[in-house]
Amino acid sequence: MSEPPALSLEHIARRFGSVEALVDASLSVRAGTVHALLGENGAGKTTLMRIAFGMLRPDAGVIRIAGEPVSLTSPAAALARGVGMVHQHFTFVPAMTVAENVALGGHGRYGRSEARAHVEDVARRVGLAVDPDARAGDLPVGAQQRLEIVKALARGARTLILDEPTAVLAPPEGHERRAALRGFAERGGSVVIITHKLREALAAADDVTVLRRGRTIFTGSTATVGADELARAMIGDAVYEPPRRTPSVPRDVVIEAVHLAAADARGALRVRDASVTARGGEILGVAGVEGAGQHELLRMLAGRLKPSRGKLRIPERIGFVPEDRHRDALVLDFTLYENLALRGAGRARGRIRWPAVVERTHQVMAQFDVRGASPNEQAAALSGGNQQKLVLARELGDLPTAVIVENPTRGLDIAATAAIHRQLVAARDAGAAVVLYSSDLDEVLSLADRMIVMYQGSTREVALNRDAIGRAMLGAS
Amino acid sequence: MQTDLGRPRATSVLVSAAVTVGVSGAALLALWVALRLAGLDATRALAALWEGSVGSTYALTSSMLVRATPLIFTGLAVALAFRAGVWNIGAEGQLLAGAAVAAVVGLWWEPGLGVATLPTALLLGAAAGALWAGIAAWLRTRFGVLEVISTIMLNFIALYGVGYLVRGPLQEPTHVYPQSAPLPDLARLPAIAPGMRLHWGFVLAVLTAPALWWMLRATAMGFRIRAAGQNADAARVAGQIDTARTTQHAFLLSGALAGLAGAVELTGVTFALYENISPGYGYTAIAVALLAGLDPLGVVLAGLLFGGLEAGALAMQRDAAVPAVVVSVVEALLVLLVLAAARWRSASALLTRIAGGAPRAEEGT
Repeated sequence: MSEPPALSLEHIARRFGSVEALVDASLSVRAGTVHALLGENGAGKTTLMRIAFGMLRPDAGVIRIAGEPVSLTSPAAALARGVGMVHQHFTFVPAMTVAENVALGGHGRYGRSEARAHVEDVARRVGLAVDPDARAGDLPVGAQQRLEIVKALARGARTLILDEPTAVLAPPEGHERRAALRGFAERGGSVVIITHKLREALAAADDVTVLRRGRTIFTGSTATVGADELARAMIGDAVYEPPRRTPSVPRDVVIEAVHLAAADARGALRVRDASVTARGGEILGVAGVEGAGQHELLRMLAGRLKPSRGKLRIPERIGFVPEDRHRDALVLDFTLYENLALRGAGRARGRIRWPAVVERTHQVMAQFDVRGASPNEQAAALSGGNQQKLVLARELGDLPTAVIVENPTRGLDIAATAAIHRQLVAARDAGAAVVLYSSDLDEVLSLADRMIVMYQGSTREVALNRDAIGRAMLGAS
Repeated sequence: MQTDLGRPRATSVLVSAAVTVGVSGAALLALWVALRLAGLDATRALAALWEGSVGSTYALTSSMLVRATPLIFTGLAVALAFRAGVWNIGAEGQLLAGAAVAAVVGLWWEPGLGVATLPTALLLGAAAGALWAGIAAWLRTRFGVLEVISTIMLNFIALYGVGYLVRGPLQEPTHVYPQSAPLPDLARLPAIAPGMRLHWGFVLAVLTAPALWWMLRATAMGFRIRAAGQNADAARVAGQIDTARTTQHAFLLSGALAGLAGAVELTGVTFALYENISPGYGYTAIAVALLAGLDPLGVVLAGLLFGGLEAGALAMQRDAAVPAVVVSVVEALLVLLVLAAARWRSASALLTRIAGGAPRAEEGT
């Protein structure tokens, strides 16, 4: 009789209001293995793992840890049973040291030297370098992730769940991280990696489970499954092909930035020395690990942030598609036509002619295939994909000279992603300068005509070559 | 082509009205039960409430509508500020500032201004309210002082400022009472009909509401104010709106409306300045604005309802020996019920936020 699975979730269902996040999801993680939980954005991966970590209660289904049915009422309960989780958005206290963060949540007296020794001990066992005395907030993002892993292990996690662990890492750092997790599994632990990247699942895991729209579609060994089969499981029969790219026809330079510098909202210098030239008729790709300064650079290029130093020339008519559409792009309680009127509202004078705005909304909605609501309904009524199409319709509808685009397909399904990509290429072909950043390097590579890489606040132009870009993202030449 | 633009959606108005009526009914029922539990003659008290508010033409025109006037002005002030995401709790202080400056204009400058006295008093009263709000607006942008705190503090400063004026420079000639001399006729708002207490300020208040509604709805500035209030990040990033400036404008305009309330109350009702010129209109205004769902047109209805309640409360105390303060309980109940009912109203995200409603289900998984 073989050992029971370290963690098993059986026929889990969970809804949020009217949204069925999970319908029938199952996952079985063997002890001593790395398991990839693969699926498109919105497939329910994170929800399922939050249930395994006690953050959410399932509406139906059974959770077993080492074969024993359990009821997890809190993350503390999950940790007590050896399940730990590293979230995509880290959960440490930035002002505290690494050792203090690891000790946080423990009981009894806090002893500084014991805490440091504990951290060093755990880190050595798993093969991750962390400095127990460093302030967590000062660490680079890769080290912050190491802290999060050490934190979970120090609290006794034997099954470790990581949510999109490589999203914040440059490719070489991702390799390192995978090796450490592999070692942890070989010593008897189990690892679940949540990912939407097929390539990563195949490279990192022993087993893979595919979720689609809240259901487990496939589960099996990565040794026997092919990439095609996994892709079909992830996206169903819809097959995504990146838009066909004709060679770009570069026109005049429309964006010219020389030696820009800028600080973020908290005053930390994010962009140190960035120089960018973008021409009409081309897509300029931007790559960089999270926090390398691309967020601020894009806002400067879009005219949304004043550089503290350097020279910047941008066109009058410029579109901007920020990554967080709910926070920065849309007023969800406004109607669709009001959201359309948002563009240029800062400069508008006098009366707004609403009937004309509504007419224009109808027009661009048809042109950009925004479906699911009439212009009179609230933007919140639209699905994520249609919300993003509406944002694109607003920013591209008046044929701007340039458009700055940040993670435009985050959280969207294949069909919406393809539509967004087509529109970006169409804007390029119509003569606009498109500046595109995506945390998904493959997405940028499939669309860009030229690439720049940001590393610690500085830009560098790099050839359209995956390995070269990966090295540049880490600062190596 | 849709043509319902620029007009409130019929369904949302109906739902709002239904909620308002339902909530008011529930509050009155609660009042009745509370009076019974306290061993009072609840039926007689409610009858007196009715008599004292809408039971007779006299009660209606000389009591209820007169009480409603400052509540509509200050209710509009609060609704505008809240729509812009500015938590102006200082309508009371702004009202007092407006009344004080209107008194100065009416008492000191009437000989020079002549027939221009009244319009000047109203205009400068509004300006004084804007200035008083402007202090809080400046503290907010310059030092990041929360306006919730600063406006409340400024209410007390305004109150003691009026106290000083009516014991000092503005005190009536005999120096006995802590109040100003009565205003000359040229500084008074005329009554709508001879012998009636109701004055033209009421009409001004009722006309201000659609004007404010139109401003919010149809002008670029109103749109900016709404965008900044609903989602300041999107207003800045997508709309390239200077949200600090926009909310400042809304704050000042809100103060001006509250200041106008004070100037109108002084020139239309009390004709003299004293400390108790407002029985807390600026605070009740918050309840009025919330009951109205922050909609300027709704503020008129809510202002009338609260004006009626307060007018009726006085009658209730007189005729049924029920303390007038129980009406404050009803008003508070109304607001709580409205906030609880916010989830059933359309376009009430702001109200839900005020009520601390449940956040949206997390996006993505």
